[in-house]
Amino acid sequence: MIQTKTIPDFSAPVHIDQVGIEERASRFTKRSIKNESKLNGLMLALNMIDLTTLEGKDTEGKVKQLCYKAQHLHDAYPGLPTVAAICVYPSMVKTAKAALGDSGIKVASVSTAFPSGQAPRDVKIRDTKFAVQHGADEIDMVISRGKFLEGEYNFVFDEIAAIKEACGEARLKVILETGELVTYDKVRKASDIAMYAGADFIKTSTGKISPAATMPVTLVMLEAIRDFYYKTGKKIAMKPAGGISKSKLALHYLVMLNEVLGEDWMNNEWFRFGASSLANDILMQLMKLRTGVYQSANYFSID
Amino acid sequence: MATTEKRLEVLKTYKIYIGGQFPRTESGRYYIATNKKGENLANVCLCSRKDFRDAVVAARSAFGGWSSRAAFNRGQILYRIAEMLEGRKAQFIDELIKQDSTRVQAENEVNLCIDRLIYYSGWCDKFQQLFSTVNPVASSHFNFSVPEPTGVVAAIAPQNDSLLGLVSLIAPIIAGGNTCIVLASNTKPLCAVTFAEVLNSSDLPGGVVNILTGKVSELVPWFADHMDVNATVYCEADEATQKMIKEKSALNVKRVLLYDKTKWTDASGQSPYFIMDLQEIKTTWHPIENIGGAKAGY
Repeated sequence: MIQTKTIPDFSAPVHIDQVGIEERASRFTKRSIKNESKLNGLMLALNMIDLTTLEGKDTEGKVKQLCYKAQHLHDAYPGLPTVAAICVYPSMVKTAKAALGDSGIKVASVSTAFPSGQAPRDVKIRDTKFAVQHGADEIDMVISRGKFLEGEYNFVFDEIAAIKEACGEARLKVILETGELVTYDKVRKASDIAMYAGADFIKTSTGKISPAATMPVTLVMLEAIRDFYYKTGKKIAMKPAGGISKSKLALHYLVMLNEVLGEDWMNNEWFRFGASSLANDILMQLMKLRTGVYQSANYFSID
Repeated sequence: MATTEKRLEVLKTYKIYIGGQFPRTESGRYYIATNKKGENLANVCLCSRKDFRDAVVAARSAFGGWSSRAAFNRGQILYRIAEMLEGRKAQFIDELIKQDSTRVQAENEVNLCIDRLIYYSGWCDKFQQLFSTVNPVASSHFNFSVPEPTGVVAAIAPQNDSLLGLVSLIAPIIAGGNTCIVLASNTKPLCAVTFAEVLNSSDLPGGVVNILTGKVSELVPWFADHMDVNATVYCEADEATQKMIKEKSALNVKRVLLYDKTKWTDASGQSPYFIMDLQEIKTTWHPIENIGGAKAGY
């Protein structure tokens, strides 16, 4: 395996087969997953969730409540895993860190003037350093989509590299905001730029723009990760975010992950779901499997 | 092509009604509805528990909007259902005759249905006044009790009176602001599906009424133990099933209504008490200053 990292020429056009990708992505939804494999799949998906609150109206109380939920997903079901991380704004990192204590749940912070990314670079770097200083384990940055669409690939590359440097020990997730990139070609190109510039994760969306994560877009990004791994030997993690609120869809994503990247990626170090309402849906499915009775949202904590 | 050739009739596909849509059952199964003469009438969806689950989701999401509508507006919509039914009378009579009714019986049944809808349409914004109270209390409070809809109702329609029973069951449920999932008569399902088409063209929001077809014995346990259902209604006299419904409904303290002795065809088949069966009483204590020399409030 080649271990050198030659940076490719990003100005060269990339061609993704749109029809092929969509067809392939729809195949993953046809697998039948029942009983024990469903139970294991749901447990795994639960353990991959970045439980997220990114609202202008977020308060410390709300963040503490979410952190409590992360540690006590549904106490009526003993032996449940926890979620992977809590995802908040930089101003809430300190609160989240304190609330999570030594639970092992990570704190992810969005940064770089999330969600638009329309701010000068030094502001973005300060934003990132602020979150890291307050204890963020992971940083979710947004790329400058405007610059990217103008063809300023070097600008985008340098920016990601600069934020990576500011992250220090924290793992960097790079949000492409695929809903604004429009074509799969651009999604693939942005993925490549992010990975070569030092991303630890590539992430589809902020959740503020529709469409957010879709299966075809995630497939394009997973294939980019696979090709990058073959070229450089370096594993990159993936995080689809936004629009995944049903367990069944989460299982489809896991099928896709397994069939594109394989078992090495099937854990929360290498794959995450950015979601808020997915957790409760999975919990309801798990309780259905356990009790044999269809569940009601009334009996689960609000997120 | 000879013009004398007999035209091949286009038969209707009897589908189910969930969330304002007419899907087929997710299970892909069907059964053949026959009449007493043994003639095949139609292929009808044999619904599974997953269809029921989907219907509950639809009913739950429709509940907020439907229950918070002005009572008067609910009355208007019930009236509209009656209007639509009147316009399609012939089709219902035809289907009832196919399912072993005589013409006179069929006409009577459809007329009764229309009248019953009008009856409950009128009650929509009136039953609250009859069943609300202002309660005398010994402190400075204005204390009043008002009925509020129970929530999502899962009902198994009567096997006979396939249209009248269905309408008599649905009308008071939705008049009171509830949403419902109804399992149509297994032996006579045709009118239920056609009634769904009437509902769908009557300004009734999707999901307020969901109609399934299938086997009672298969679906009853799911009707009774779904945690997101607030009441179960059953109209047959089968004691074992009644017992099972009561036991399973205890899981989340559902209301259980057994209408096995109700005669839908006569006047006792309609009353505001059918609406009240699916209402909860909310009592409010509102602080006020003392009124009058007696220092008593209301």
